[in-house]
Amino acid sequence: MDLSAINPVLLIASLMVAATPLLLAAIGELVVEKAGVLNLGVEGMMIVGAIAGFATAVESGSPFLGFIAAAIAGAALSILFAILTQFAQANQVASGLSLTLFGLGLSALMGQSYVGVKPPRMGDIHIPVLSDLPVIGPILFGHDIILYFGIALTAAVWWVLKYSRLGLVLRAVGENHDAAHALGYKVLKIRLMAIMFGGACAGLGGAYISLIRVPQWTEGMTAGIGWIALALVVFASWKPWRALLGAYLFGGVTVVQLNLQAAGVAIPVEYLAMSPYLITILVLVILSADKSSAPAALGRNFHASR
Amino acid sequence: MIRLEKRPQPSRAWSMATPLVAVLATMFFGGLLFAALGKPPAEAIRTIFWEPLFGEFSFYYRPQLLVKGAPLVLIAIGLSLGFRAGIWNIGAEGQYIMGAICGAGAGLAFYPAESFLIFPLMVVAGALGGWAWAMIPAVLKTRFGTNEILVSLMLVYVAEQFLASVSLGLLKNPEGFGFPGSRNLQAWDSAHNAELIAGTGMHWGVVAALIAVIFAYVLLNRHMTGYHIRLTGEAPRAARFAGVNPTRLVLFCLGTSGALAGLAGLFEVSGPSGQISIDFNVGYGFTAIIVAFLGRLHPVGILLAGGLMALTYIGGDIAQSNLQLPAAAIQVFQGMLLFFLLAFDLLTNFRIAIGKPEVA
Repeated sequence: MDLSAINPVLLIASLMVAATPLLLAAIGELVVEKAGVLNLGVEGMMIVGAIAGFATAVESGSPFLGFIAAAIAGAALSILFAILTQFAQANQVASGLSLTLFGLGLSALMGQSYVGVKPPRMGDIHIPVLSDLPVIGPILFGHDIILYFGIALTAAVWWVLKYSRLGLVLRAVGENHDAAHALGYKVLKIRLMAIMFGGACAGLGGAYISLIRVPQWTEGMTAGIGWIALALVVFASWKPWRALLGAYLFGGVTVVQLNLQAAGVAIPVEYLAMSPYLITILVLVILSADKSSAPAALGRNFHASR
Repeated sequence: MIRLEKRPQPSRAWSMATPLVAVLATMFFGGLLFAALGKPPAEAIRTIFWEPLFGEFSFYYRPQLLVKGAPLVLIAIGLSLGFRAGIWNIGAEGQYIMGAICGAGAGLAFYPAESFLIFPLMVVAGALGGWAWAMIPAVLKTRFGTNEILVSLMLVYVAEQFLASVSLGLLKNPEGFGFPGSRNLQAWDSAHNAELIAGTGMHWGVVAALIAVIFAYVLLNRHMTGYHIRLTGEAPRAARFAGVNPTRLVLFCLGTSGALAGLAGLFEVSGPSGQISIDFNVGYGFTAIIVAFLGRLHPVGILLAGGLMALTYIGGDIAQSNLQLPAAAIQVFQGMLLFFLLAFDLLTNFRIAIGKPEVA
């Protein structure tokens, strides 16, 4: 065991990379839940985004196009969920699950010819002077553009939800869809947009895993990150900045655990690999006492005739 | 214009017909998918649904139907109890793994003794293993109000890591030349879940699945607990007033489904798969969710749905070797089935009306 091999600067830098897919998926789901919809299909949308982004990046040679394709694929899959829950009035829990099961199969099918392929790399941006600063440079100014996009998205979602009219309407729909309907807001349309936004974000998060975090494709490579993102929304009490904090905490757990594995700590590898899931459960237990900030209409379907 | 009108009462006819319509729609769109993959669609569908039952080698495939269907039915019966009451155990895969580990572990502790007591002991240990694993989300839910969906799911990933750990360590075959995985239970008479009647595929897991179907049917229709489950699912507030104890119901539903999933794992590991290995589990815990819904959360329906889903597994294997259809195509096929089922359920609760709404 050699803990001195762990470089704290690299650790923090890779923590931010590990946190980004979680953050993207969680911010998307946060908006969906704010609109009163519980989409448990995050894992499915992420994995489809992961392969769609990977395949597009490999075929076109452009990781950037890959991310765009991933967002489109995630949003497209989420439309299936929207059709089931918003138009066919299906149970949201069951529909979300079916989205995940379908997505896992679909991604495995799409990804068959991409196993073992290396994707084109997304370069880290380099800001003269700032990126060259010791310690702070590599931590804050030496990442890929998507990582910064995730942080900017968090800020944008926070602002929109808190200060804009759109955010107000979205929250109204999530708190009391009947009242929002009575006021003349298009509940289904707003929910559909929110679901598609969530799908696009989950797709981006998936592509971040397959293109940047572990640049390769393997079946089921999201390995529960979509579910952790769902837990993260609870952890964040539906507040964007707390989702960012939570994502960095979970990213930290993942990275520390991997570093301990690499350093050959006396704990068996399997027990270290369990730790992010166990810590998620622990966090859920600690935070589940407070449900006051959950959108009141969360998980309830809306039908105008009632 | 086309509108949806809520039916005053869910249509019984559509409730029964929906699974059939969903299967037909899945066949059609599955055919399109196969065509997109460059395979002959009609032949692929025929291979999946006809070949295992009536084809040239059906004498071999028919017993497989019981082997693959039994764990699905066993797990889905347990899940359906909870689903009916709005208690979502999504982690059956983890309970299945833990049941297999505990059951096999309890048996292997006595290796190489031969006794007729070993197998029953393993069965009890398997059920207890699954039950205990399901008790974690149940207790966290009842004591702290934690979401059982997320907790039970996280525990699947924990169980998978634990499985890897025991395959490489605690339960590793000491005579296995360093390969991961336990001793082969099929080669040890006292622990082998053998076919009860040779050539039929009938083993103790199949018997257990049939008992579970009967048990669930009686429970739901003739017992107070079953009444409470149905009442909680249909009218949660009324259930409170009727004296239903929600804590006890959560513990009962999660515990029962965990125990049944654990049993399924034990029967699988001591029979068809034969040993604890890193990837002996093949997602039955997740497919059982589809089986439960396809069977309309009704015991008899689940029995039929389990058979159908087993058919897609076996037919999928045949299509894989005969038509080089990718294995993942069957997974997509099964996912589609659940989609269509949920979508067509619309017709159970709503009537499609054409024209302007009447003013009431």
